[in-house]
Amino acid sequence: MTNKTKLLEIKNLHRHFPIKKGFLEQITLENGKVTRKVEKVHAINGVDLTINKGDALCVVGESGCGKSTVARVVMNLISPTEGEIIYDGTRIDNLKSKTLLPFRKRMQMIFQNPYASLNPRMTILDTLMEPIKFHYPKKTEQERRTILDDTMESVGIDPSWVVRYPHEFSGGQRQRISIARALSTDPEFIVADEPISALDVSIQAQVLNLLMKAREERQLTFLFITHDLSVVEQFGSHVAVMYLGTICEYTTTKSLFDKPLHPYTQALISAIPKLEEDNRPHVKLHGEVPTPVNLPTGCVFHTRCPFANDRCKTETPAKQEAEPGHFVACHAVDEDRI
Amino acid sequence: MSLLQVKDLEVSFKLRTGELHAIRGISFDLNKGERIGIVGESGAGKSVAAFSILNLISQPGYISGGSISYKDHTLSTMSDAELATIRGNQIAMIFQDPMMTLNPVLTIGTQMIETLQAHQKMDKKTAEKEALHRLKQVHIPSPEKRLKQYPHELSGGMKQRVIIAIALLNNPDIIIADEPTTALDVTIQAEIMELLLELCKNNGVSLILITHDLGVVAQTTEKVIVMYAGKIIEQGSTRDIIDNPNHPYTQGLIKALPQKAAPGEMLNQIPGNMPQLDAIPTGCAFNPRCEHTTELCIKTEPELIAKDNRAVSCNLYSERLKHDK
Amino acid sequence: MNLTFSSNLKQFRDSFLWHSFKNDKVAIVSVVVFLTFACTAILAPVISPYDPYDLVILDIMDSEIPPVWSEEGEERFLLGTDSQGRDMLSAIFYGMRTSLLIGLCAVILQATLGIIFGLLAGYVGGKVDSFLMRVADIQLSFSTMMVAIIMLAIFQASFGTERYNDLAIFMLIMVIGIAEWPQYARTVRASVLAEQEKEYIDAARVLGFSSIRIMFRHILPNTLSPVLVISTVQVANAIMSEAALSFLGLGMPVTQPSLGSLISSGFEFIFSGSWWITVIPGVVLIVLVLVINLLGDWLRDVLNPKLYKG
Repeated sequence: MTNKTKLLEIKNLHRHFPIKKGFLEQITLENGKVTRKVEKVHAINGVDLTINKGDALCVVGESGCGKSTVARVVMNLISPTEGEIIYDGTRIDNLKSKTLLPFRKRMQMIFQNPYASLNPRMTILDTLMEPIKFHYPKKTEQERRTILDDTMESVGIDPSWVVRYPHEFSGGQRQRISIARALSTDPEFIVADEPISALDVSIQAQVLNLLMKAREERQLTFLFITHDLSVVEQFGSHVAVMYLGTICEYTTTKSLFDKPLHPYTQALISAIPKLEEDNRPHVKLHGEVPTPVNLPTGCVFHTRCPFANDRCKTETPAKQEAEPGHFVACHAVDEDRI
Repeated sequence: MSLLQVKDLEVSFKLRTGELHAIRGISFDLNKGERIGIVGESGAGKSVAAFSILNLISQPGYISGGSISYKDHTLSTMSDAELATIRGNQIAMIFQDPMMTLNPVLTIGTQMIETLQAHQKMDKKTAEKEALHRLKQVHIPSPEKRLKQYPHELSGGMKQRVIIAIALLNNPDIIIADEPTTALDVTIQAEIMELLLELCKNNGVSLILITHDLGVVAQTTEKVIVMYAGKIIEQGSTRDIIDNPNHPYTQGLIKALPQKAAPGEMLNQIPGNMPQLDAIPTGCAFNPRCEHTTELCIKTEPELIAKDNRAVSCNLYSERLKHDK
Repeated sequence: MNLTFSSNLKQFRDSFLWHSFKNDKVAIVSVVVFLTFACTAILAPVISPYDPYDLVILDIMDSEIPPVWSEEGEERFLLGTDSQGRDMLSAIFYGMRTSLLIGLCAVILQATLGIIFGLLAGYVGGKVDSFLMRVADIQLSFSTMMVAIIMLAIFQASFGTERYNDLAIFMLIMVIGIAEWPQYARTVRASVLAEQEKEYIDAARVLGFSSIRIMFRHILPNTLSPVLVISTVQVANAIMSEAALSFLGLGMPVTQPSLGSLISSGFEFIFSGSWWITVIPGVVLIVLVLVINLLGDWLRDVLNPKLYKG
């Protein structure tokens, strides 16, 4: 078995967003004193992940867990507050746009909202040709045209679509066009941020199949963000479960579904409405989801966890390898309480 | 006698380019305490069907045929003023977006009391007590505090609980829920659907659940109606339809779910898209996407044929039944 | 690809814009009237019966002749003459030309400044945004008229009347143009802030495009709808501002009249009975501004994204 090469490394990533940006707005009168109160949304709180070449890492979590923020930091759309992003051995989060350019060709992104990911004033031809012209300035017009035609064909886009505008297409078709745009630079790494959540069920299958085909044909490595665990089971090789900016559990897809260790993962899996008669015990979570503004102390999950004890309220659990290749950050697992 | 009867309902939209038929003749009955799911993808007409029960379709849409009866009222012909006594009262509605029900500038308490006073003529103190009781029924933490809060102070899941509480305020016979949990996280969705199920069962309330999620339908409903391009193509008991779907579209929908595919394998996909309302194919609307299409399917629109408490609208079965006879 | 033109034409004909236009009588009338005015303005030298500023053909004996429909009217002068014997019809054609020219040029200047500043403020954000918006706020707190009056009075005083008359049209365009850029800047900035949140901008960044390219190629075309809508109203406003300034004597000189200066110079005659010298240009000005405003209203409704079904 060949040694897998690390393609993407996320090291100790932290990212928070101040809520009130202006200095003057941060000053309040509290307890008779003029104080500066800086409230922040703690979107990512210490994330470490590694993606090897050829893997499809799915990052799963519900809204507010920070998974989309991770995607955006990886793609250099936002900079980290702390931590590093390393791509193929080079640190990329601190690069200027010129030095970043070669990486832009190798890393591409697919977005969630098909209705906002295409420029409404550009024809499909313009949208698809622009990246090709930009990244292949030395090629002839004919060569570029060939790249365009090949890409369109691999994604199932009818050549007659090129003169039309995005508003003439359905959600699924627009998503195909976005995928074509991402594939046109011949990337090796794709970040897909909930690419099928906004689509109808039967179209989801089409687009997911398309991504799987592209992955096989082009040997792509994926960072796939989703909230749908059944898609994870289908598409992913590895899974990381996120909650309020931290990774609860990380392992291969098979291990996760065979034996979910973290209580949050168990709750997520049991919450999927299954088609079959459901006689499993439902892992119930109580309480409301805390906001990322005021993070709970200790383990961020303790406010909703059915297994929380005093240690959980004060001490943040460290990520530990509970089983070979299966990492969990949970005191209850560590203490063998589950 | 069933509680709600929808007979041959047709809903159309008058547009500048012509008339679009969003619903082309659907019929179903709802009995007391029954829970029905209406399933379909976007464009099938399920939301339009739900909205038309209480005649909430706005211009340029209108009910162009058929009838809707509730007890001894014919809802499809009643005026807005007459319908106002039934809406929010005997038939309540829950929408996907809580902000369609909740007024952002009024407190929760004010909105709940307003609903009670409108239909039950209560005084403020009694109304407040009733509102509190309902909030407790939907398991909202610190209900007294919530009464004084504004919608933006509540999370998505909590807002939906409040909506359910509001729907229950006047002891309705029927709740129509249009994709009530689609916008919620999966763990919250599970909680809300469980809550809705429990409340309907305990209070004998009938439920019409509109959704695209077959899993939710499987867990919550007893009967299901599958819609495609404005028509019912299959209906029957939920268990029957999911375990043994007859119509190729229903079969395709179930097979396309990631749950049903082996990990790493391609999913079964239904090719093509649901037709736009102004380009519905002749014959059976599903024929361009169906793998069993015959010449008959292109020419003849299949009838909805009932047998053994199920019904399916597919030429495969009408042929088969003809041969059986 | 060669079918683009005819398919574009077909797309336009099928489009909502055309359909809504065909069915809106007010819009049709407004466009017809506006186009008529515009044509007369462009063709003024060709279609005017006389050149009203050719001193050779003026005859003081022709002065103050009423329009053709009154008793003393003459067919030579359809709308009468002014105190110097100039044909009112011709004067109005030339006046319209000047007014429209000033209106359009001033708006082009406002729009250019406003779009650039709005784009910068919205896209760059931060301190640049704060600075530009504060400048805009300060400028908006000064009344355009007041600023214009002060500036023009200073220009007139420093350049002297002769020089000023040559430069009047540029001065007016500049003053009105610079006074009103905040309107555009704010509108464009709001659009930019909205468009920036959309994923196609993220996609452009992820593809490695430079900020300048994204600003002008991607964001700008999508912010132009509201710009188009306010432009019609701004043209009307510019024409009115110029008319007001000319009325006050700070605008166009007598030798290059605009509708406003015609109204102004004819004003003293209104009480001596020669009402047509001021009223007829006045009516033309009102109609011009009215149709532009009506067109702007129609355009705003049509381009409203909620109503526009695509």
